[in-house]
Amino acid sequence: MSEAPADIEITDPVTITLDGRQVVVQRGALLIDACERNGVYIPRFCYHPRMRPVGMCRMCLVEVDTGRGASLQPSCMLQCSSDMVVDTQSDKTRKAQEGVLEFLLLNHPLDCPVCDRGGECPLQDQTVGYGPGETRFVDEKRHYEKPIAISRTVLLDRERCILCDRCTRFAKEVAGDPLIDFQDRGSRTQVNTFPNQPFASYFSGNTVQICPVGALTAEPYRFKARPWDLEIVESSCTTCSVGCRVTIQSSRNQVLRCLGVDSDPVNWGWLCDKGRYGVEALNAEGRLGVPLGRGRSVKTDDETALEEVSWAGALRTAADAITSALDRRGPEGVAVIGGARLTNEAQYAWVKLLKGVIGTDNLDAQLGDGIPAEIVLGLPLATIDDACRPGSTTVVVSGDPKEELPILYLRLRHAAVQDGVNLIEIGPKAGGLTPYATVAMHPLPGELADLVRAVVGGGAGGAVAGVDPASIERARSLLADTDGEMTLVVGRRSLSEDTGFTADAVSVLVSAYDKVRILPALRRANVLGALTMGMAPGVLPGRVALAAAPDAYSTRWPALPAGRGLDTTGILTAAAEGRIDTLILLGADPLTDFPDRDLAERALAGARNVIAVDQFVNDSVRLAEVVLPAAGFAECAGTTTNIEGRILKLEQSTTPPGTARPDWMIAAELAAELGSDLGLDSVEQIWKEIAELSPSHVDLTWEMLSDPQNRDGLVARGDPLPGSVRFEAPEPTAHRALDSYSLRLVATRKLYDEGTMVGRCRSCAGLAEETALAMNPHDFERLGVEDGGRVTVSSKRGSTVIEARGEAGVPRNSVALVVNAPNFDVGTLIDANDAVNEVRVEALQSVAGETGSEGGS
Amino acid sequence: MPRLTPENVRRAKEIISRYPRPRSALIPLLHLAQEQDGWLTEDAMEDVAELVGVTPAQVIGTASFYEMFKMEPVGRYVINVCTNISCLLLGGETLLQHAEATLGIKPGSTTEDGLFTLEDVECVAACTEAPCLQVNYRYFYRVTNDDFDRILADLRDGDLSRDIPEHGILSRVPQRIPTGKVANITPPEDQRVPVWIERAAPDKAAAGGDEA
Ligand code: SF4
Ligand code: SF4
Ligand code: FES
Ligand code: FES
Repeated sequence: MSEAPADIEITDPVTITLDGRQVVVQRGALLIDACERNGVYIPRFCYHPRMRPVGMCRMCLVEVDTGRGASLQPSCMLQCSSDMVVDTQSDKTRKAQEGVLEFLLLNHPLDCPVCDRGGECPLQDQTVGYGPGETRFVDEKRHYEKPIAISRTVLLDRERCILCDRCTRFAKEVAGDPLIDFQDRGSRTQVNTFPNQPFASYFSGNTVQICPVGALTAEPYRFKARPWDLEIVESSCTTCSVGCRVTIQSSRNQVLRCLGVDSDPVNWGWLCDKGRYGVEALNAEGRLGVPLGRGRSVKTDDETALEEVSWAGALRTAADAITSALDRRGPEGVAVIGGARLTNEAQYAWVKLLKGVIGTDNLDAQLGDGIPAEIVLGLPLATIDDACRPGSTTVVVSGDPKEELPILYLRLRHAAVQDGVNLIEIGPKAGGLTPYATVAMHPLPGELADLVRAVVGGGAGGAVAGVDPASIERARSLLADTDGEMTLVVGRRSLSEDTGFTADAVSVLVSAYDKVRILPALRRANVLGALTMGMAPGVLPGRVALAAAPDAYSTRWPALPAGRGLDTTGILTAAAEGRIDTLILLGADPLTDFPDRDLAERALAGARNVIAVDQFVNDSVRLAEVVLPAAGFAECAGTTTNIEGRILKLEQSTTPPGTARPDWMIAAELAAELGSDLGLDSVEQIWKEIAELSPSHVDLTWEMLSDPQNRDGLVARGDPLPGSVRFEAPEPTAHRALDSYSLRLVATRKLYDEGTMVGRCRSCAGLAEETALAMNPHDFERLGVEDGGRVTVSSKRGSTVIEARGEAGVPRNSVALVVNAPNFDVGTLIDANDAVNEVRVEALQSVAGETGSEGGS
Repeated sequence: MPRLTPENVRRAKEIISRYPRPRSALIPLLHLAQEQDGWLTEDAMEDVAELVGVTPAQVIGTASFYEMFKMEPVGRYVINVCTNISCLLLGGETLLQHAEATLGIKPGSTTEDGLFTLEDVECVAACTEAPCLQVNYRYFYRVTNDDFDRILADLRDGDLSRDIPEHGILSRVPQRIPTGKVANITPPEDQRVPVWIERAAPDKAAAGGDEA
């Protein structure tokens, strides 16, 4: 939770006198930071190194002489200049500090014994360290109703507030959600929201963490523990793949909270609420602590309910299923989807088991909702800092980062707002970044590559893909101004659009500009690790192409797959056709997450045996023959890989429930049951094997990763090597021209959905919003639809009745739905094999009164 | 609760067009909203927020700072009795007590008929004419208890309605500002900002002459 300023390189040195000592500091640096970098901590409340200084609290007053005589100045507002003489210990400074504290405490209730902040409170600490020891104030203090909820998870005790402007500044400056502000004036000044408009920010939890007093507290942690009772380990959040650094804080073997750690290359101390409160799922009801099975029988007609079984029995059943699949169809009869939730080490162990022992290549960590692995593995990777390099241009061809990778969104937003980064956003519809993008373009589904060609080629000057020529021209000139160096953030734009268009667009950009680096905007926890470790068809650990596997693999591994296998769509199609005997779900719920519901259902019904490794019984797991309970985040050690390819240490904080065990151990035991020895017996030793075998990890030793100096992680080699998987320009994907009746479907994500983890996390459950059919208001008239009116939307797969809502950021001739919404599953409309999914929309005739509807007009 | 009327939305847009940035028009628009309803309704504040491109929380944050913006319904006439030093010495306090007794309410409240809101205020800059009061910000000087009763009676009878419009109306005749006449200041982005804001560009601070 340290709030120390980031280290900087001194490029413009000046010498100042600090408490009698000559020190060299960066000219223009804030004095408060310069002092801290030189070992002198100046007390403060309002200043936060990741936000602009405001000089609200006056706690940082020090005596400074800039040549005009010594005077008290707020060190958070003063820039270092040469020959400054600073005295942080003088009588005057000391008196000022005592005075400021006495004032701050006038209205402060001093209810430390019942305050969550007690024991880790800057006001407490600094009062002890710098306060007068006594107050002269004897009058009645200010009182407020306490506490008031300013959001679902944030409570505010207004009488404890010292008006430092940290929370309000964070909301406005960092999160871009100014939903709290100071209200009233003078001694009645308070932080508050607009009536009935809660502080519903994805980032609200950060305000609790940075509040220097106990005014803001987190409902989930309130009265749960005292800081001195907490056991603290530093780790990385694995809720999404930004990999924000966190401390996991537990007591009596229960994780109680996560706080952000300031990691300069990654999260700057911030966390999103989904990540912060995600740990609640660990102790949620329904968490698996014992294996489940259906007696001894492999799927029979009489489907008995899942019941608790022994590990030995469960492993036996799983091994039997695999063996019978091998007997019947050979290695191709076994397929695995999932694995992005696992640690790097567990991923390696599973890949070794699947590709090296069983010999199947039917393995995919993405659930048909990502992008082709070749884009991630076959092109040079960028870091978040690359994408945010001041003055640079970054192209974002993905879904909405705010909804999928929240802290990446914060970094990109900061880059655009404060560091002059030009963002060219090419999203499926207007999203979180749109207001900050220099150019925002939202091409129609299926026409992404056409748009990118127009941008790169310049030319004709007409609208392309529904995007106006001025934006295209602006994007073209921005890109022409770069020196070819450019970061391309690539992710899945829409689940109802083929990724061939994305691959096509990427290939156009990488051939037009020579120094393009890719920052994958893939959301699942360790999906980068999964792809790098070979959890995709045709790939071996270290970005190595199966087709070009070096000898090391065949000598160290018992077997190798005969040829390239299937991706998730292929696996599910094969399963639906009865060609997969044993389907292993490695923390995957295709019935919820695969874009095409119909195919997922047919696949799970068509597979002879389903084996699940998971933490909960979800819709897909419910259909399994046997369920092996896995350890969760904070329950096992290892490493994870974030979107940059950064390897980050994960530490264990608590023990898994019951007999649940780490995924790598399950792989090793399953291998043993199959009569093979993976030769893996500890996380550290697995890493060693990875570093020996994988060309991407070759220089990264466990010792280096464990070195406290490297707590920000180490970026694995991000450039393709000879033998790496190659990204080839794809054949342009074909799609039909738009007829005048059809609309193209856009399916995008929201941060809170009906996914397994959100639903299990108390603070996030219920936050998923219902989806409406969003459409451009310009399309209303043509279709005879009214804003807020009910419509029938139908595809060749299905249809539903839903409310239509005008949203100017949706491209014309398309309609947008949210994936995994509580009221409707857009997956029932999608055919994963269609490049572009088309739908028809008809207004329901409004029927007066409560009589039954007459259906479509 | 009432939103801004279409006519006021039109006026709001005209006001906004006179400023380099929409949000600069926040205060004038709040006056407009208060003119419409006599106080600031939540709906009106939400409309204003949308018009100038900020959140309602920012609007209420700004509005609640100012005493003259009312966050709750007030009477048709807001009576401010000055109790600051000059007025106090010359009977302001007695006048206030008389007002309380006559109206039957305490400062900060409104009579049941919705006609009068009583407030005690700090100096309203009419100290030479103490004790003084204001009705909807129109002055009455050297007010005695009898004067006060007469003012109330006149207000009730409508005899003062020519001079004193309903609360919220600052002037009955809106100022006619020729189109094209704008608040002619440099847009904020072009203004020279205090050096400390420019953290990213320390060299500019150096140009400030610390070295010289
Ligand atoms: S609530 Fe906390 S962070 Fe916000 S202004 Fe008050 S003291 Fe500062
Ligand atoms: S952005 Fe991702 S990694 Fe960071 S806190 Fe949120 S969920 Fe966790
Ligand atoms: S820390 Fe400098 S004024 Fe608050
Ligand atoms: S003291 Fe009453 S007007 Fe100045």
